[in-house]
Amino acid sequence: MEQSHNSLKEINGATMKLLKLTTGWLEPVIKLLKGENPKQQLTIIGRSLIVPLIGIAVFLAIWQGTAPRIVTSLGAFPGPVQVWEQSVNLVAEHNEEREKAEAFYERQRLRNEKKLAKNPDAKVKIRSYTGKPTFLDQIVTSLVTVMTGFLLASAIAIPVGILIGLSPTLYGAINPLIQLFKPVSPLAWLPLVTMVVSAVYVSSDPMFSKSFITSMLTVLLCCLWPTMINTAVGVAGISKDLLNVSKVLSLGWWTHIFKIVLPSAIPMMFTGLRLSLGIAWMVLIAAEMLAQNPGLGKFVWDEFQNGSSNSLGRIMVAVLVIGFIGFILDRIMLSLQKGASWDKSAVLR
Amino acid sequence: MTISHLELTDVCIDFPTPNGPFRALNHVNLNVDKGEFISLIGHSGCGKSTVLNIVAGLHQATQGGVVLDGKEVDQPGPERAVVFQNHSLLPWLSAYENVELAVKQVFKRSKTKAEMREWIEHNMQLVHMEHAMDKRPGEISGGMKQRVGIARALAMEPKVLLMDEPFGALDALTRAHLQDSLMEIHADLGNTVIMITHDVDEAVLLSDRIVMMTNGPAATIGDILKIELERPRERVSMSESEEYNHYRHEVLKFLYERQRNPADVEPEVAEEKPDKGPELELVGKEDAA
Repeated sequence: MEQSHNSLKEINGATMKLLKLTTGWLEPVIKLLKGENPKQQLTIIGRSLIVPLIGIAVFLAIWQGTAPRIVTSLGAFPGPVQVWEQSVNLVAEHNEEREKAEAFYERQRLRNEKKLAKNPDAKVKIRSYTGKPTFLDQIVTSLVTVMTGFLLASAIAIPVGILIGLSPTLYGAINPLIQLFKPVSPLAWLPLVTMVVSAVYVSSDPMFSKSFITSMLTVLLCCLWPTMINTAVGVAGISKDLLNVSKVLSLGWWTHIFKIVLPSAIPMMFTGLRLSLGIAWMVLIAAEMLAQNPGLGKFVWDEFQNGSSNSLGRIMVAVLVIGFIGFILDRIMLSLQKGASWDKSAVLR
Repeated sequence: MTISHLELTDVCIDFPTPNGPFRALNHVNLNVDKGEFISLIGHSGCGKSTVLNIVAGLHQATQGGVVLDGKEVDQPGPERAVVFQNHSLLPWLSAYENVELAVKQVFKRSKTKAEMREWIEHNMQLVHMEHAMDKRPGEISGGMKQRVGIARALAMEPKVLLMDEPFGALDALTRAHLQDSLMEIHADLGNTVIMITHDVDEAVLLSDRIVMMTNGPAATIGDILKIELERPRERVSMSESEEYNHYRHEVLKFLYERQRNPADVEPEVAEEKPDKGPELELVGKEDAA
């Protein structure tokens, strides 16, 4: 504890700002450490930290109490303790795998050096390690996939949203399509996307694997609609007075977009972006399970197929990690939204 | 006869409705000299704002037109700056940046960065807002916002300053302050101003001429009252001046005897109703908003 307190004090200004944005309860803790009005800080900490902790503790107790009573073909349902053990195991497996990989590269290097010492013209082959991806690798894969799909989708949806928000005609033309495609589960697209990617994305030395492209496009498809609709609504809802100001000032098109349209649409835009990212994360896991594409979804599916006595515990670890990452992603979006929002009085949650 | 600075000739406007076109303004003719302060007064719905919007270029006249310095007005432009009733500042920009947006637009070729900065600060000083230049509209009071709105309009160096009930949403004291500021600025810069108002005292105190509009539909100019009070005018001594009260009386007579509030001229029940305009303030300047 003592150590963590000291390190907290050392956090510099910029990081502290970020922390403040992401975790509301840290602010009073930091203030308390600085000795600012301790009584008030304690009340805030109590409300924002202690109460949620009590909630979590009660949940853990109920979980621990009921889990052993649910007996499956793979043994009793894992309680918090087993899940914790498995999470430790998963990290250990990851470290083991890393050591193996390092050992492999070390052997390869030595072998090649020997070869070159004998004959400087010898052709040296460098192979990459092909071990099984660990749980942590799968997390990284999923995160990269979801962020790529989300960013690409936003890069399409925001400009389109602005255009259809500005032009009622364009809105009339595109709205039926949006309404038609919006309710479609992106998983329904998955087979089509898979087939199209296999047919179109042909390269002898592909920069990205096909499975990555498939998952990423599926994420992209579900990220488009909430961002597009919300951006359009935000743009269409600009106050008429501000539009008149723009007209009287004779602002050029780009100035009009960047000084008037975008800032007034930002709150709605971020609502759309947050919805999109939330849906994207859920969809990605399902898509990875269904298509056997690398990522957390595949991890869950593999463990399910594996069916050892540890499987349920490991799946439970994945479930909690998926939830936690989803929560963190939403928090990051929220802090971005708070940073970008001009209306500091608006309550964002 | 010389050509007027600003000329409204036979301006008519029809708005399309499901039941055919609705004539809001009918044959409005008005000539404004350079540096003149004109007030438009009339009951709600009489088309005052429509006149202003046509001069601003935000509405197009169906018939007739507006000529400013020999050039026809067919679109909005910064030489006809508008001060909107609800300030219409961009809430995501500071007061300084709001004015800067206008200044950059108008003087992007003719002023250097330093000159622009100086010009913005100068205009902020004119409206006594130099202390709050870095505040956003959400952080300052309604009166201050309106001051920034005026600074933004003045900073464009407009040929005509159009003001749509600029002080309508302010409390009486703030309004009096801003009226005094406006008189000072007008005396200094000699802008041509067209101001819409609901406030008889405001109109008499500020204007060179008061344009009184008849009730709509097909509203037009009913009468024009020339105010020949000496400037600078001082509100407290004015309230005792016989001349001032005469002008005030004339406006009131026009509004309540010749042009009764359309809301009161309902058939049959109209006789029973006390004669008062819900949107007009007669005696005190109690705040409408």
